[in-house]
Amino acid sequence: MQKSSSPVLPGKFFRKYFNSPNVVPFILVLPFLISFVLFFIYPLFSIFQMSFQEIHGFSDVRYIGLANYKNLLNDRFFSAIRVTMTYTFWTIAILVPLPTVLAVFLNSKHVGAAFFKPVLFIPQLTSVIVAGIFYRFAFSDSPDALANTLVGIIGVEPVRWLKEATPTMFALVTLCVWRWLGVNIVYFLSALQTIPREMYEAAAIDGAGPLQRFWHITLPFLKPTIIYVTTISVYGGFAMFSESYALFGTARTPGEIGSTMVGYLYQQAFVEARMGFGAAAGVVLFLMVMIINLLQLKLFGAFRRGDY
Amino acid sequence: MDLVGRNKISQVLMICILSIFAVFALLPFYFLIVSAFKPGVEMIRHGITLNPYFEKFTLNQFKLLFNPKESNYFHWYRNSLLYTGVQTVLGLVLTSMVGYALGVYTRYKYRNIIFIMVLLVMMIPVEIMILPLYKEMVYLKLFDNIWGVVLPFAVFPSAVFFFRQYSLGLPLELMDSGRIDGLTEYGIFVRIMIPLMKPAFGAMAILISMNSWNAVVWPMVVLRNSKKLTIPIGLSTLITPYGNNYDLLMPGAVLAVVPIIILFMLNQKAFIEGLTSGSIKG
Repeated sequence: MQKSSSPVLPGKFFRKYFNSPNVVPFILVLPFLISFVLFFIYPLFSIFQMSFQEIHGFSDVRYIGLANYKNLLNDRFFSAIRVTMTYTFWTIAILVPLPTVLAVFLNSKHVGAAFFKPVLFIPQLTSVIVAGIFYRFAFSDSPDALANTLVGIIGVEPVRWLKEATPTMFALVTLCVWRWLGVNIVYFLSALQTIPREMYEAAAIDGAGPLQRFWHITLPFLKPTIIYVTTISVYGGFAMFSESYALFGTARTPGEIGSTMVGYLYQQAFVEARMGFGAAAGVVLFLMVMIINLLQLKLFGAFRRGDY
Repeated sequence: MDLVGRNKISQVLMICILSIFAVFALLPFYFLIVSAFKPGVEMIRHGITLNPYFEKFTLNQFKLLFNPKESNYFHWYRNSLLYTGVQTVLGLVLTSMVGYALGVYTRYKYRNIIFIMVLLVMMIPVEIMILPLYKEMVYLKLFDNIWGVVLPFAVFPSAVFFFRQYSLGLPLELMDSGRIDGLTEYGIFVRIMIPLMKPAFGAMAILISMNSWNAVVWPMVVLRNSKKLTIPIGLSTLITPYGNNYDLLMPGAVLAVVPIIILFMLNQKAFIEGLTSGSIKG
């Protein structure tokens, strides 16, 4: 590199100090440490503290022990847990196998992968809100609406999509699949491209059929990607709120059919101004996510395959 | 790899199935654009319909959208651009510093523990933190303020992770030659290493800016004044069950997403790489 003037620092001592091997990395990671304390550790501590409080504004705070947690044992919260779990289940049940198959298709010769890959990816560029605006009106009650026209083709009577539980779940999962299918395809496709061709050729010579090759070669190579995609889908599923908000325009959905755990937290804390109670819901959600994380770590080792 | 065989039939079948999903991916955009030209009352009455009903087309909604007396859309657009710009620049500076330090200074004592802290932040969904963060923002007087939107997620952990992985592959010999040339450690980072990290900066710029442009949950919590909202949040205030602003909804949604799609088409490879860079490599 060409000669250059070093940054001006007052005096030799400072230059030496700030440039020493132990100080440099510390200064460089400082933004993370500050952010970690201010926007992670403190809020985490705070949500536990708030969950034992009744909060009316900033000055009127009272400790009420476990009352918030006792009040969580109610049908609306249980329903939110059920909706969250069902949503998580269906998004994984679709968003792992389907993109795997489509990625295998795209990885074959002469299917127009260069066209299909970006096209399938485009939905990811939308905000949930924009996607929700489309799906809200596509799943309108009206018999002329898109979803009802489509089910009408196979002879189904018009459905009141966003007013009944199962059709609502269908709409939520459809929205999620629409936005994430292309991303997951890219994950699987890049994993597929690491498989050496010779393995397939060797297997073919040994007389392995297409399904056997898929089972014994492709799937083992995809395993880390399957684990990764499942993991992010579990996080996404448990934290789901914006999809439901985008379809209904409120955190509280009619008959709680689309209300998730985060939706419940939001509704309690920000709409009904029961911050302590909302915090208790947040703590429960936090503990559930931590249990999943620990299971994940136990089952699959490291958080990611990345080294450290 | 010819998993499904070499023959034409399977090829045609695969293309057919892929085409069905391509239609599934693209159709919503067609309907959003068509609906943007129809009065909001049509949406309330019929929803989105297969028949476009061209005879009902009007440009009225677009006029409403850009009339500052009728809507705050112009403000939302400007805010989205501003917040996204600030979030991206600040995020790139901070996350590249941290990721670089974690990747390059292999003898730094706290390297692993800090990296585990980064992973920990990645493992907890933001949604759990919104309530205490909201309280903190009110306390710090950052509520309803651009810094309240940007600062809590400025050190975006996925980007730190990515920069760290990228830095692991940097040629460390160049650090020694930089030292011999009299550069400080910061000089080495800025003058030698950042130019080598350009691809990583590109990918992270796309990841951070798209996240920021499309963010919903946090801006919704931390912003209140209608003139300070972002596009998605502004639009979501129009979807209330009692709303009668449906005229603005469709054109507003279209104008939020069309520029992004144009950028995507100009540079799809970089977008796809950036937005999927959270994944494990290889």
